Amino acid sequence: MSKNTPAGMAEAPRPGIVGARVQRREDPRLLTGRGSYTDDRKAAGAVHVAFCRSDRAHARIAGIDIAEAQQAPGVLGVFTAADIDAVARPIRATSNMPDYRATEFVPLARGKVRHVGEPVAAVVAENRYLAEDAAALVSVDYDPLPDAADPEAALEDRVLLHEEAGTNLIAAREFARGDVDAVMADAALVVEDRFRIRRKTPAAIENRCYLAEFDAGRQALTLHGTTQVPGLLRDALAEIFDLPGHRLRVVAPDVGGGFGAKASLYPEEVVVCALAMRLGRPVKWTGDRMEDLTATSQAFDEIVRAKLAFDADGRFLALEADVIGDIGAYSIYPWTASLEPVQVVSFLPGPYRIANYRGRVRAVATSKAPTGPYRGVGRPVSTFVMERLVDMAARRLDMDPAELRVRNLVRDEEFPYKSGSGIVWDRAGFQDCLRVTLDRFGYAERRAEQAAARERGRLVGIGIASYAELTGIGSRISAAPGMPINTGTERATIEIDSTGAVTAAFGIASHGQGLETTLAQIVAEELGVRVEDVGIVHGDSAAVAHSTGTYASRSTVLAGGAATLSARSLRAQVVKAASHLLEAAETDIEMRDGVVSVAGTDASITLRELARAFYTEMRRIPKEARESLDLSASATYDPFFGTTTAATHIAEVEIDPQTFGVAVRRYVVAEDCGRIVNPMIVDGQVHGGVAQGIGAALLEEVVHDDSGQLLTGSFVDYVVPSAAEIPDIDAAHLDTESPSTLGGYRGMGEGGTIGAPAAVANAVADALSGMDIQINELPVTPERLFRLIRPDL
Amino acid sequence: MERIDIGLTVNGVRHERQVEPRRLLSDFLREDLGLTGTHVGCEHGVCGACTVLLDGDSARSCLTFAVQCDGASVRTVEGLGAPGALHPLQESFRRHHALQCGFCTPGMLMTALDLLAKYPLATDDEIREGLSGNLCRCTGYVNIVNAIRETAAARGDDTG
Ligand code: FES
Ligand code: FES
Repeated sequence: MSKNTPAGMAEAPRPGIVGARVQRREDPRLLTGRGSYTDDRKAAGAVHVAFCRSDRAHARIAGIDIAEAQQAPGVLGVFTAADIDAVARPIRATSNMPDYRATEFVPLARGKVRHVGEPVAAVVAENRYLAEDAAALVSVDYDPLPDAADPEAALEDRVLLHEEAGTNLIAAREFARGDVDAVMADAALVVEDRFRIRRKTPAAIENRCYLAEFDAGRQALTLHGTTQVPGLLRDALAEIFDLPGHRLRVVAPDVGGGFGAKASLYPEEVVVCALAMRLGRPVKWTGDRMEDLTATSQAFDEIVRAKLAFDADGRFLALEADVIGDIGAYSIYPWTASLEPVQVVSFLPGPYRIANYRGRVRAVATSKAPTGPYRGVGRPVSTFVMERLVDMAARRLDMDPAELRVRNLVRDEEFPYKSGSGIVWDRAGFQDCLRVTLDRFGYAERRAEQAAARERGRLVGIGIASYAELTGIGSRISAAPGMPINTGTERATIEIDSTGAVTAAFGIASHGQGLETTLAQIVAEELGVRVEDVGIVHGDSAAVAHSTGTYASRSTVLAGGAATLSARSLRAQVVKAASHLLEAAETDIEMRDGVVSVAGTDASITLRELARAFYTEMRRIPKEARESLDLSASATYDPFFGTTTAATHIAEVEIDPQTFGVAVRRYVVAEDCGRIVNPMIVDGQVHGGVAQGIGAALLEEVVHDDSGQLLTGSFVDYVVPSAAEIPDIDAAHLDTESPSTLGGYRGMGEGGTIGAPAAVANAVADALSGMDIQINELPVTPERLFRLIRPDL
Repeated sequence: MERIDIGLTVNGVRHERQVEPRRLLSDFLREDLGLTGTHVGCEHGVCGACTVLLDGDSARSCLTFAVQCDGASVRTVEGLGAPGALHPLQESFRRHHALQCGFCTPGMLMTALDLLAKYPLATDDEIREGLSGNLCRCTGYVNIVNAIRETAAARGDDTG
């Protein structure tokens, strides 16, 4: 689309392969039904597992009667906690963060259940129909335990979810800079409110599915699964089953979306592996949507009390926040329960200059599905709160909200800027993003149109949201606070084989991001071959010695960096080999489109010929030279700190005064996501992220009753936006290279979801600015709006 | 459980099978015929990933029993183009980057084929309304709408 062109900074045409709108190599197979998702895999002799899951939120298990299920047709066995615990060693999501309490990891419930949907027993049968029939025959005798679903009540510790922890407070942290109390007390102007985002679930369209195969002859276990983190899983399963990495392989084939939901260790993964080893047959579990909505990690469930002090010119003086994060029943492996709520306080000051800050967070266990990473992690919540405060302040000052942002966003000359929570922003276009967004949106005209529409009684609103995030995080910072797992490096191995083909292997796992294409672009550009010459292997723990996977907007930065380093070193080897073969100085050797040549001459050799000379025509390169060469290179890249990604979103909404439905009419994003590998893919990431953010703002809500019973167990109840609710989205890219990463890339996979809830919330508040109501809770469903607007009814 | 004889045509190929009355068409296609291009995202009729054409009309294969299809003609995504020879709608999806993870894509394509065969699709609102029974979590629908708009405009060429 022509409108999605780079904007802002100089539009220097980049002639290379990086930056080109290369068609995705994934597409032909995915468009024709020839993809290979986990559930598409057939394994000879495979049996199926179905889970009997808790229908209680909090109860003691008095007994489990499996007799009838065992007798059901086609059943091979019914298994409970003791069966799995006998072969699976315990594992916990540890952290060296003070005031953190790890909870146990529970493959099948031990003695009590802590949320609806928790697996209690596993039934294995010849096929999925029979397994589900038999699972329904498992009879569990529950003694009810008191309700433990409300996060604020849970903080009082009257009912404990994890008795051995002695408290429901799983994590606590405080960030502070400056004398917040004194500044707040002296400040002329203060806005404050209690904000709440209701629990979301990532809802990838492919449900979770796992297939474990055990080769008894080699004592080797292979797990194919819907995962974003094959390397991380391999390492966890190696610990659980005490297997060396060469007898344990985790493969993520085509994966139907993740958004964080497929980035943690799940009980079902451990159970299928344990049962495959026990039964000596491949064991498959295909989850259904209800299981996804009850037992896949959820997110964005926080209560935030926040307060912003500013002066009469609109300069922000101090910010204070108190966050309660409802983390659900378990501290998820490996990220821990602190991942989401701690990020809320870390990122709350946003891209603004705020000298004084205090953010306090308490993460509390409740009887709901565990929370885990979901696109944006914490920042959709922090951005919602901060951007609402900014708009509330603008209203108090009677200042245009765009102008108030201009006054407070960190300016170019202030980078690197250290935020109140200690995050250091490297150079990024905070002000530029705002400026470009307002331009593209036609802010002044739209405000005039809005005023005219309001004259006619229409409820039209415009909302802005600016944010900054850290992406491509290196080894200096853990992706989750205090987590003792290295998430700061990625590795690549690139080889030229004896046919002259180039294969680049990675541990990251593409699940919609098109990394097979973008990494091929990077390798092709750095090596000097055509994109189609580069084969990409990914999503396989056997591909490289160490990797965690794809999450946290890291794969382009980290795997792209590793690709760059290894391609450069491979290219040096090729040049050396060619200098022997073409009898020229290394400095005269060029490589382009897979052809190696001597500058200024017509002497050249193809990679295929070079590989043949290197591997099979043993006399062509002298032995000593040959032995010093290798047509293979591996490298690990560590960006150490990471880099800043920033954006401004602007949304225009109209509220239907009859139905209280909110329609998003216009949407513009300008994003500084660094050097762009493939603009088509970047646009797609922005569109998808924004759609998820609009869903979070207007529709999506995991609902539990007071006892913790789940009320949203289907896609009828948990409403994901359809095409009818999402507008066209105009995405502009600043394309300013990051100063902090190899190649200048910044991560950009999550930003859409970070900015959209805030922009939409501000637009809804703006549409209703004539009324005395506060938009402080998301989603603003028609029902919630109706109650706000007509409290009398 | 008793099994029932059925005979149906899938992508132009005749199949005779014995199936349990409760066997879903989606499972029949995926498990019994090995046509795993038809995906299952909810098994309760909301996401549209499982959409196929049943006697020319779009249908949710997760809400259809295989036995209901006795004598019917079913078209799945495998009946469109092949990797080296994409159908024009598939070409358009690729050109416009209308897929990311690809999981919703077969259902989107089959729904779009049905819409293109039956409706003018003169406005984006009409396209969006027509797609509202198919969920995509990756693309934000923007490029799917772009791809269908372009294909609709080029109708008259071979889109069926
Ligand atoms: S799987 Fe059939 S509609 Fe979702
Ligand atoms: S492309 Fe992933 S769900 Fe549509």
